[in-house]
Amino acid sequence: MQMPTPDSAILARKPQIVARLQKVLAPDAVISEEAETRAYECDALTAYRCPPLAVVLPASTEEVSAVLRICHEEDVPVVPRGSGTSLAGGALPTADCVILGVARLTEVLETDYDNRFIRVQTGRTNLSVTGAVEENGFFYAPDPSSQLACAIAGNIAMNSGGAHCLKYGVTTNNLLGVTMVMMDGTVTEIGGAHLDAAGYDLLGLICGSEGQLGVVTEATLRILHKPEGARPVLMGFDSNEVAGECVSDIIKAGVLPVAIEFMDRPCIEACEAFAKAGYPMCEALLIVEVEGSDAEIDEQLGLILQIARRHNPVELREAKDADEAGRIWLGRKSAFGAMGQINDYMCLDGTIPVSSLPHVLGRIRDLSDQYGLKVANVFHAGDGNMHPLILFDANKEGDLELCEALGADILRLCVEVGGCLTGEHGVGIEKRDLMVDQYDPADLECQMAVKDVFDPQWLLNPAKVFPLDASESRRSLALAAE
Amino acid sequence: MKMIPETEAELAESIAAATGPLHVRGGGTRSAGAPRGEILQTGGLSGITLYEPGALTMVAQAGTPLSEVEAALEAEGQRLAFEPMDHRPLLGTEGTPTIGGVVAANVSGPRRIQAGACRDFMLGVRFVDGAGTVVKNGGRVMKNVTGYDLVKLMTGSRGTLGVLTEVSFKVLPKPAFEASLVLHGLDAGAAVAALSSALGSPFEVSGAAHDPAEGGRTLLRLEGFEASVRYRLNQLTERLGGEVTVLEDEDSTEVWRGLRDVTAFAGTEGDVWRLSVKPSDAAAVLDRMGGEVRTLLDWGGGLIWALAPESTDLRGRLHGVGGHATRVRAKDTDLPVFHPEPAPLAQVSAGLRQRFDPRGILNPGLMGT
Repeated sequence: MQMPTPDSAILARKPQIVARLQKVLAPDAVISEEAETRAYECDALTAYRCPPLAVVLPASTEEVSAVLRICHEEDVPVVPRGSGTSLAGGALPTADCVILGVARLTEVLETDYDNRFIRVQTGRTNLSVTGAVEENGFFYAPDPSSQLACAIAGNIAMNSGGAHCLKYGVTTNNLLGVTMVMMDGTVTEIGGAHLDAAGYDLLGLICGSEGQLGVVTEATLRILHKPEGARPVLMGFDSNEVAGECVSDIIKAGVLPVAIEFMDRPCIEACEAFAKAGYPMCEALLIVEVEGSDAEIDEQLGLILQIARRHNPVELREAKDADEAGRIWLGRKSAFGAMGQINDYMCLDGTIPVSSLPHVLGRIRDLSDQYGLKVANVFHAGDGNMHPLILFDANKEGDLELCEALGADILRLCVEVGGCLTGEHGVGIEKRDLMVDQYDPADLECQMAVKDVFDPQWLLNPAKVFPLDASESRRSLALAAE
Repeated sequence: MKMIPETEAELAESIAAATGPLHVRGGGTRSAGAPRGEILQTGGLSGITLYEPGALTMVAQAGTPLSEVEAALEAEGQRLAFEPMDHRPLLGTEGTPTIGGVVAANVSGPRRIQAGACRDFMLGVRFVDGAGTVVKNGGRVMKNVTGYDLVKLMTGSRGTLGVLTEVSFKVLPKPAFEASLVLHGLDAGAAVAALSSALGSPFEVSGAAHDPAEGGRTLLRLEGFEASVRYRLNQLTERLGGEVTVLEDEDSTEVWRGLRDVTAFAGTEGDVWRLSVKPSDAAAVLDRMGGEVRTLLDWGGGLIWALAPESTDLRGRLHGVGGHATRVRAKDTDLPVFHPEPAPLAQVSAGLRQRFDPRGILNPGLMGT
């Protein structure tokens, strides 16, 4: 993965730049010693690393504004960082950039149950947003699997999803407003406790823009009352095709489960070996969860089981109590840990139309054979968001490159069947160069024109999302302006 | 003269060749402001391109009549969950509403409070920008974070950034049963409190409105399997107390259709405004309006429909309160239709418009300047 050559003029000015930042921040909020900046050299895409010029940890919107104003005047690229859990390299630094971390912005600013929202600083973790309202029976719906660690800022940047978005939507559907600092330091408010925009839907545009349009420091998030209860059912099938048809039939029948998770045989085997959840050994497993009162759950599950039986399942397991429900989820929730035990792995994130599921799984099997690398599949089947896990050996020469090539082929396959490169992780650097497989030059040009409006010098997270050659003329404008 | 291109390529050519302003529209049933320019209508681009009920997705050309979309969904027991309103009764317009028009104006009805707005269901768009270039964004899958979300930007941009040619969107199953709980005799403050309590419950209220007329009627809609709806009706009745009645099936559907289309204000004299506020601010905003203004509350109080004497500036009544006001129907053109944005946002919006439509020919005068 190529990154732009660092600007030597910026590297040479490091002492002045750091001195200016130190003037507007607390002494421990500017990190510039190389031994310490190393802690920020990568995010969860650990294959790529580069220590930044400096790291700043502002403690207020005003401080974020002051930092950005300085970086704007000094023409220094800024890479915003939430908790650094991006799997796509969204927070990967360049040697000439300032990392702007929101880790110190963790306050809850307002909780309003009558109007069903919470306003938080965006360094707060996803799970602790729910933590702030759960004693009153409320929760924040988007639940990315990194929710214990990931920050709301990163969720907004990547428009994060989760297992339950079939019913509750992703971040953009649960975001009501933001306080955002533009690259020149201007502080703006977009949206709020009311619904919908007066003009263009700028909130919708900012959500998922990977930190390239502004730095979001505060967010107004929709909170919901928890359902009375939830219960999963586990189904095993002897082929991916049949499991895929069952998913489609459930959806067509008018039941809307809160989650439909799919695991294929390689994944089931790994999870079973690791977590011993007692899963049946079969080709495909579905975990379907529904919500409501006990009677409502019974009715929905009754219908779902009736549909499942038509597909000759090798196993149907209903959870009779919380303990059994926990066992059903146990394997699924430990899937990534299980994979990590056996091998290094790369987690993909393409989305496909649900109807293409069997076809795509078959093609992935072929590709896996062709490359000689194992692929396990675990994903959100209700919305077609796949997470193929490619197993490889990082210590083996050439294996990472082989794995990346296989990953690229799988993602191209997703696009080919009418899907997309990334459903919830974001483009970052990981899928940057594949953007041309999904979008024509005119499509990319139009997106880059949006960045021109928000950040004319292309200083915010500049080497992400768009292929480097496509964005080169814009990024070099910033250099020429010096 | 009217241009009604039959293909996306023809539409792109028409825009590239245009020498003056274009008045872009779908069926022309939701016209806002005083558009000028040669009419460019999308009705020639018609037809459902793809419908996969098992994937909850539909793709349709922008000029497809909304009725055609709704009929196809109905046949599979599905629907547009955001419940787009029909503006014809309120505005006294005629014509055929199109799916592209719904998207261009981000039209959402009472269910917006629970299920989300039109923009929340949009998966992909194809459009022609002001230079005549065809652009696509998003796709037809439910989760997609590949690049910027121009789908949301285009939704609600009323043809000012580009002319939609194709839209893809998520649909949802149509529930088997619906019923509404009606609370009687509440004033606006008490009504909003009751609506908030219901919306803050686990009982999945899919409509929450209040009509202050005739002593006050406060409505809560529940949808789903019949047994589940009845269970939740009981729970809510217990929670809220007071004098209640229940509307079932068609009776409930009928009431919500009227609320959706604001038929209470159809055929009346005066201006119609639509205000979006924080629900708990609604009662105070109503107090400021005075006796001459007739109102309806939807979205748990967050959406205020107001019928006011001509040329009354209701936007001014939002002073000090967050939110925005749109003038939906008016004879004169003295007051802007859309709520002015604060300076930094207005600048961004103007910048986007300049980029997407450098010649300023698409619906000039609509949405800002």
